[in-house]
Amino acid sequence: MSVELDVFVGNTTIMDKEVYQLWLNGYTVNDAVKVRIEGGVMEECEASAEVLLSDTMDQYRTFQMCERLLHHPAKLANQLLFQIPPDRQAMLIERYYAFDDSFVREVLGKKLSKGTKKDLDDVSTKTGITLKSCRRQFDNFKRVFKVVEELKGPLVENIRQHFLLPDQLARDYAAIVFFANNRFETGKKKLQYLTFQDFAFCAGQLINNWTLGAVDNMMEDMDVDLDKEFLQDLKDLKILITDKDLLDQHKSRVNNETSHPLSLVCNALRGKTNVFNEMEANFKNLSRGLVNIAAKLINAKDVRDFFIDLVEKFIEPCRSDKWTSIDMNLYLTHYTNSAHILDTFKHHAVWTRYMGVIKSCILRMYHD
Amino acid sequence: MPGKLKAKIVAGRHLPVMDRASDLTDAFVEVKFGNTTFKTDVYPKSLNPQWNSEWFKFEVDDEDLQDEPLQITVLDHDTYSANDAIGKVYIDIDPLLCSEAATVISGWLPIYDTIHGIRGEINVLVKVDLFNDLNRFRQSSCGVKFFCTTSIPRCYRAVMVHGFVEELVVNEDPEYQWIDRIRTPRASNEARQRLIFLMSGELQRKIGLKVLEMGGNAVVGYLQCFDLEGESGLVVRAIGTACTLEKISTFPATATHPNNSSPSKDMKEPGFGEEAPGVPLSSGPPTPLRAQTFSSFSPSKSYSRQSSSSDTELSLTPKTGGHLCHFCMIPPSPFCVFQEYPFFTLTAFPPGFLLHVGGVVSARSVKLLDRIHNPDEPETRDAWWEEIRQEIKSHAKALGCHAVVGYSESTSICEEVCILSASGTAAVLSSRFMQDGPLDTEHRLFEEVVSPGCGFCHIPYDELNIPFPAQLTYCYCCRRYKVPDVLFTTIDLPTEANVTGKGCLIQARLCRTKKKAQGEGNATAISSLLPFLEYELHTQLMNKLKLRGMNALFGLRIQISVGETMLLGLASATGVYLTALPSPGGIQIAGKTPSDITYEQHISTMQKKINDTIDKNKELYEINPPEVVEEIIGSPIPEPRQRSRLFRSHSESSDEVSELDLSHGKKDAFVLEIDDTDAVEDIHALLTDSPTPAGFYSCNTEIMPGIQNWTSAIQMFTSVRVFRLNANLTNQGLNKIFSDLCENLLKSLYFKLRSMVPCCLCHLNFTVAIPEDELIQVAVTAVAMSFDKEQPLENGKQSGEKTLIKGKHVLYSPSVDYSSFADRCSSWIEQLKLKAHTIRRGSVKTTSSLEKASPLPEGRSRSLRSNRSYSGSSVAVVKMTPLSFIPGAKIIKYLGIINMFFIRETSSLREEGGVSGFLHTFIAEVFAMVRAHVAALGGNAVVSYSMKECVFMENPNKNQAQCLINVSGDAVIFVRESELESTSVQTQSATTHTSNGGEGT
Repeated sequence: MSVELDVFVGNTTIMDKEVYQLWLNGYTVNDAVKVRIEGGVMEECEASAEVLLSDTMDQYRTFQMCERLLHHPAKLANQLLFQIPPDRQAMLIERYYAFDDSFVREVLGKKLSKGTKKDLDDVSTKTGITLKSCRRQFDNFKRVFKVVEELKGPLVENIRQHFLLPDQLARDYAAIVFFANNRFETGKKKLQYLTFQDFAFCAGQLINNWTLGAVDNMMEDMDVDLDKEFLQDLKDLKILITDKDLLDQHKSRVNNETSHPLSLVCNALRGKTNVFNEMEANFKNLSRGLVNIAAKLINAKDVRDFFIDLVEKFIEPCRSDKWTSIDMNLYLTHYTNSAHILDTFKHHAVWTRYMGVIKSCILRMYHD
Repeated sequence: MPGKLKAKIVAGRHLPVMDRASDLTDAFVEVKFGNTTFKTDVYPKSLNPQWNSEWFKFEVDDEDLQDEPLQITVLDHDTYSANDAIGKVYIDIDPLLCSEAATVISGWLPIYDTIHGIRGEINVLVKVDLFNDLNRFRQSSCGVKFFCTTSIPRCYRAVMVHGFVEELVVNEDPEYQWIDRIRTPRASNEARQRLIFLMSGELQRKIGLKVLEMGGNAVVGYLQCFDLEGESGLVVRAIGTACTLEKISTFPATATHPNNSSPSKDMKEPGFGEEAPGVPLSSGPPTPLRAQTFSSFSPSKSYSRQSSSSDTELSLTPKTGGHLCHFCMIPPSPFCVFQEYPFFTLTAFPPGFLLHVGGVVSARSVKLLDRIHNPDEPETRDAWWEEIRQEIKSHAKALGCHAVVGYSESTSICEEVCILSASGTAAVLSSRFMQDGPLDTEHRLFEEVVSPGCGFCHIPYDELNIPFPAQLTYCYCCRRYKVPDVLFTTIDLPTEANVTGKGCLIQARLCRTKKKAQGEGNATAISSLLPFLEYELHTQLMNKLKLRGMNALFGLRIQISVGETMLLGLASATGVYLTALPSPGGIQIAGKTPSDITYEQHISTMQKKINDTIDKNKELYEINPPEVVEEIIGSPIPEPRQRSRLFRSHSESSDEVSELDLSHGKKDAFVLEIDDTDAVEDIHALLTDSPTPAGFYSCNTEIMPGIQNWTSAIQMFTSVRVFRLNANLTNQGLNKIFSDLCENLLKSLYFKLRSMVPCCLCHLNFTVAIPEDELIQVAVTAVAMSFDKEQPLENGKQSGEKTLIKGKHVLYSPSVDYSSFADRCSSWIEQLKLKAHTIRRGSVKTTSSLEKASPLPEGRSRSLRSNRSYSGSSVAVVKMTPLSFIPGAKIIKYLGIINMFFIRETSSLREEGGVSGFLHTFIAEVFAMVRAHVAALGGNAVVSYSMKECVFMENPNKNQAQCLINVSGDAVIFVRESELESTSVQTQSATTHTSNGGEGT
């Protein structure tokens, strides 16, 4: 005696959010039933395990049938097979494209290739996320990447339109695409403390300021690649460290500004004189670090190391000197501004464009 | 030559990739009608071709227009080899032939292939120009309207009800022709689909002709069925009720009465394919030969209670229930002449039409199928049905009735044996619709006016000459006429009936093993089993009814399904407590061998359990019948009293329950005799179905008595289960399995739909089949509708004054004077004032309850919201419901009948997700195609939807499966009442939506 066939089809497709999540998480039907039983639906609804199993299988089948549509979310809205209210459609898409931060940290900046996909079982073991779920997330990244790669126009907007994602999720995907395209190194030990959101923030900064699209909206591929011309110009900043005079001048101005008794923050920092002493001592190193990063960005390989360089050359020294974010902010502000007053320094536009991003990235990446 | 059919192929989308090399498709379209074919250009290399063709024009006879579908085939052009078919669309032209229905078919229709399912969509435009020489028809019947709805459709009124129409056409089944051996499965399936399209077109045309002959212009309660007789052929048959309908102009009603909300009127539609009704008490002695007929009928029993509220109410009815639909009673002049069979497929009637109900009549006959030699002469099949109808007629006569209402016919076929069944409810109808009523109509008429709430329960037959044993008492409503103790019917509960409490679904399920046999021997064996089967089903129904403390069944359908080694019987009905009938006695268990003490004890505990269940049920269904109050007799308006009772709280009712307890011991209690301990357990298990979970109600009729304030959240669904049995089961084992199967299916439904609570599963229609040895298939189609517990006053919207009065009692305590008319009027006015508040207050209440109560019930609010936002989306929402109405909405136009037949086959069953995956997809596709065709007609809903046939066959070893589905319904346009007065709805839709499982539309 066995149920050979068991289906339920509603005119409006019934989808249980909880079961959907279990499905997305890659649970097998039996595991999902266990989770649901523990969740207490049974008592709530006077159901038996049998009923729960039947329901779960049914829902899983529905999701599998929908999955093909979810790969092209725009199709979901004008397909005829399932009658799904728009808010449900939005939920289905949003959750299908949602990803685990711990997973994305593992693949962020990696090439979205078959090779990477093969390694997903390691990622699965490491993160505790089921392989099935890892594959879905990976395929989502890859699908979005492939579609927007060939599109003109703003990256975030393209993603939002093609995949009907909510704004925040679209931004996250933009970051993932951007990282994958530029192959930023994010996996090194020193970068482990950074969350995906830290990187996503930085990606946003880079996309908005350093890509071609940041300057000209009509350019092709504009948001995915960094502005070559700008990278070229960055080399000119080297003068700030190669010219001895300029370096000293810059240093003294920064020190004056930061330790000026009339400075607004001065009072707050009075007790921390030693920070400033160290800052004074380190100024040359720090400045050299930042300017060198700028100068090297023209090489693709150094672009990949951008974040690791930021950490090694700037964040770590500051951290060992026990700076607070406020100190950091203050320092970077003066460091940026005072360069403009230097007599012989000419590259104001490039400097602003460079330091604006550097400053916000560093502040974001600097966890007290 | 009176018609020109025009078709234009606009575009395609989501086409499948037909050319692997380019990942694209070179699509073109063939448009075929009759023998004429047109082609579009090839649109190269695209999955979204834009053909934008010219208008293809077909000049054809209207006869062909009725018979033939427009056939659109999408193909992939291939230079070197044959063009590959992508799929087809069949378009039924019929809705365009009637001036009052649709005028154009325009929209995206799924391209369907019997092997691959839906493969993209095509956008088409179809129009028909009919030339106006409509008088000359001999062969065509354009313009006759068809409705699946088994009541007078809203927005029409019946000028006259002419009566029964039937027709059947037969043909060879292409699947069994010799050519089938050499053609592909696809070709075979398509030949079958096309043939059935043609046959149903022809059938409809022929029925239309009969209607025209009778002077009617419409068929209501149109029920079309297929008999797949295998080798011996294919029969398409249909029955219906010919009427003359008149469209009610839409103007004032909306504006004038804010009340014309939704349906308080119940109507039901034709049953899904196979129900076989009939209630056995006595049965004809089975004669063994083939073509033996066997039949039975059941008595009914009826009652009434304090009668009715008279003219006031009557006059108000039209305003309330069927908005625009005053079922008007025609002036006595145009009488309708009954022809041979005074049968009506309707299940709900204009007020005053149904005078008395006698009880269920049914007839069955077992036949041996033989090849249909000449398709043009379907006499044999006709003669078979003739026999059965004659029998039904004579049963009705024996019950003192001259008509049969709620009539339906069905078959069950296994190999060469076929059981034909027919059933209906014997009734006496108002003379106003008939010329030669055999009864003393003057008298009846008078009575009817006096007591619409109980009149139909009064016995139509002669008290001294009852054809079956029944206990008669005086009506508990009017105290003037006799009523039976129990009433079984196949119709919907009349709107005006006085009911106490709520109703519930009652099912009797039975399995009987049978020896494998061939030919006549087999037919004989089945014939001799049938009476026992029916008797047991009847006993089960009776017991379950009593167990729930109820006294009447509505919408009774008994389906008997035959397989090689067993017979399956499933009887479903909605039990209610008719106030007019006496309260049912309890169930008493008696042992046959009362010697053993432990055995005695066992019986007494069982007895106690049963009594407890009865009490619990009474509380659950709020059955607190009024005490027999003498002063009521003669009181002209006793109705308010009942109404107040309906709303009594449980606590109040407790004393009444205890009073009723006495009746358990009364001598009229139903006695169950048992001979051993096991049997006691069995009986207990059989009788006590697991209760419906809190917040759920279920019924198989159109509406649930006692629930009126529906929200707009409805969810139609189909669920199918196939169960494999082990060999060698006993009858008892089988029964248990079958019963569990049905119970579990119900439980699953409740669980699935938990987010709609509080809700009622309406029109729960079970169909059972034995697809092969050791397999039982159960299919259910129903609609879940949420209602508001919090807003009893919303009732006012639905049933007008009657409920307003209820409302009054709810508000102002149950101490009622059975006041004067003036009082009513004043309360009515008061009520109108109050309503303004209530709507606002009520909806706020709902909001809060939604928030704090269960985490689930957001379906309703969501659906409202989504409807609104859907307007921007590219796919229009199409609602589907097996009911004849849509809660909270008004049907403003009927666009025509939807009658579709699909075959789906696969030879890669595993790859498609096994049998469940295969059927799941197919059902979803069928829904999608129905919705698309309705949308193309300009409609936004299908009412009276039913899945009449769902034949599933599998061969897992060969990785193959095949399924045939036939669905039908009425395409309509409805307008939300909220669009007219949107206040309350908006508040609702503003509720938060949180959790899971939401659905709505």
